[in-house]
Amino acid sequence: MAFEPSVLADRVTDQLAALATGLRAQGSRVGMGELLTAHLALEAVDCTSREDARLALRAVLCSERGDLVKFDRAFYDVFGEGRVPLGPSPFDELEGVPRDVLPHAGIPATAPPPRDAEAEPTAVPAAWSDVELLRHKDFATYTDLEMAMARELIARLARRGPTRVSRRTRPSRRRGHEPDLRRMVRGSLRTAGEPIDRVWRAPSRRPRPMVLVLDVSGSMTPYARMLLQYLHASVSARRRVEAFAFGTRLTRITHELGGRDHDRALERAAEAVVDFSGGTRIGAALAALNRDHGRRVGRGAVAVILSDGWDRGDPDELALEMARLRRSAHRLVWLNPLAAHPEFAPLTRGMRAAIPHTDDLLAGNSLASLEQLAVILEEI
Amino acid sequence: MEEASAALASQGYLAGRPLALAVHLAAALEQPLLLEGEAGVGKTEVARALAAASGARLIRLQCHEGIDVHHAVYDWDYPRQLLALRAAEGGVDEGELFSRRFLLRRPLLDALEAEADEPVVLLIDEIDRADDEFEAFLLEFLADFAVTIPELGTITAARRPVVILTSNRTRELHDALKRRCLYHWIDYPSAELEREIVHARIPGVPEAIANRVVTAVGRLREHGDLYKLPGVGETIVWARALMALGEDADLDETLGVALKVHEDVERVRSRGVLDGI
Repeated sequence: MAFEPSVLADRVTDQLAALATGLRAQGSRVGMGELLTAHLALEAVDCTSREDARLALRAVLCSERGDLVKFDRAFYDVFGEGRVPLGPSPFDELEGVPRDVLPHAGIPATAPPPRDAEAEPTAVPAAWSDVELLRHKDFATYTDLEMAMARELIARLARRGPTRVSRRTRPSRRRGHEPDLRRMVRGSLRTAGEPIDRVWRAPSRRPRPMVLVLDVSGSMTPYARMLLQYLHASVSARRRVEAFAFGTRLTRITHELGGRDHDRALERAAEAVVDFSGGTRIGAALAALNRDHGRRVGRGAVAVILSDGWDRGDPDELALEMARLRRSAHRLVWLNPLAAHPEFAPLTRGMRAAIPHTDDLLAGNSLASLEQLAVILEEI
Repeated sequence: MEEASAALASQGYLAGRPLALAVHLAAALEQPLLLEGEAGVGKTEVARALAAASGARLIRLQCHEGIDVHHAVYDWDYPRQLLALRAAEGGVDEGELFSRRFLLRRPLLDALEAEADEPVVLLIDEIDRADDEFEAFLLEFLADFAVTIPELGTITAARRPVVILTSNRTRELHDALKRRCLYHWIDYPSAELEREIVHARIPGVPEAIANRVVTAVGRLREHGDLYKLPGVGETIVWARALMALGEDADLDETLGVALKVHEDVERVRSRGVLDGI
């Protein structure tokens, strides 16, 4: 279809640009390509109908369900009528400790450690032993400086994750898998039609989907900062990782944690989660996970719950949802910072309800325990 | 716009206005349309109805785990090539061996090679099941509507097909692919629309049955506490079941038509969700 810029398109250009700005301000990705398509779309529909124009622009400028609400806000802002007021950001409503807890997780209070100490630990014995000491130190007693030092290690741990056998195959030297007919035909051309060289293809391995569910309620506050770092590192290091946070409500934070910028990612995640340092209802959170995000916890996924098991919800509901989660997931791992204590016994109601349904129970209070998790994940 | 709506309706697919508009735009702008929505809201059905209504050929590529170019575009018929090689005792030259005689055409190549006067609707179903590599290939394919087969050269579409992609959102699609597409989220239909759908899909269904089933399904979806909500497909099967059993059949007894998770069935029965329908 030829694109003939019309008078109409000229006039609406400014408004479309404003609309795109409004969308971008809310975190949507709208590029030049979409803007051009938006012009074309307006020409393709009856422009005297406000509703048609709105629907057409929506189809072009949105690329996921979450965009729809953002689009409606931006649209009314630009084109008026039935304007939906922008509420204050949930982040502004937070105050004091909850707001301060996360955004600054990675910012050391004092000068950062020397660069080479991080990059090549072996070359600087003092720094290496520092890191070595950190391995067993409880996250709750970390200083800001230690958090920054641990970041690199956490990122390295997060790269280690579960894999599974794929249906994709790759050439293999080992005989016995399926024959590589493509290469055999090629080879036979050289040997007068005689397939002399036998060549094979073997299945490759691919990352197994992983679902991380972090408890950010009050009792977890000392650990949530570091564990959120682990979530961020996992999301940015591996494909097919989904991250959730919950207190009384479940929030998906995969999008927020994406991206290279460590501090901004944690900031965005903190903004998205409205119930930091509040109460805990693990059962309800898992119910939401099973229902609203059931497809993301497909049969092949490894689910990791990071929580101390203090639960003010109904233990029966928790047991029911754990059973469901275990049936739909490939493997269910529970990381409980309290489990590091030598006298730990799963006495909280929540933990007692959950334990029969977990495959592995780990500590999750230190780098060493995250390393343990990495080892288990790699074996899956 | 109204044409798109009417065309879909002529095939028994009743679309809300936003969907009809999205379909219209996909055809007018020659851009792929990405449909997302819960299971059973009729994403695949859109392509079928569109193809039937516009007299186009429907070519469907069902994505699956591990799908690659050789499943989607073309492959060589290796067993026959080997036989030909043996039969000719090596006297075959390479060009002959990699000619169209031994080419296996897969759906995407079929869509490219359609005649200019033969409209095609290309359905790429459940794209979220394919992996990132295939998605990247698809991105390229959708940009140029051309593929290169090393032995044969580049094949370009004489006419761009209407492309519909569906995703169940088991994973997030790549931004680049999403940006290349128009997007529409198919929601569950309103009770009114769903009643019309039942009538359109099962001609001669008694009004009472249509009403009962649509009310029941609506209540199940509102209940919100279920692992898997019934889709429009389930509504239609349920209406058929009631027609087979007689108008007064018990909804609780036939619940297995709509709900497929044991806990859901138990919960609905024990709480009497469907009482009085």
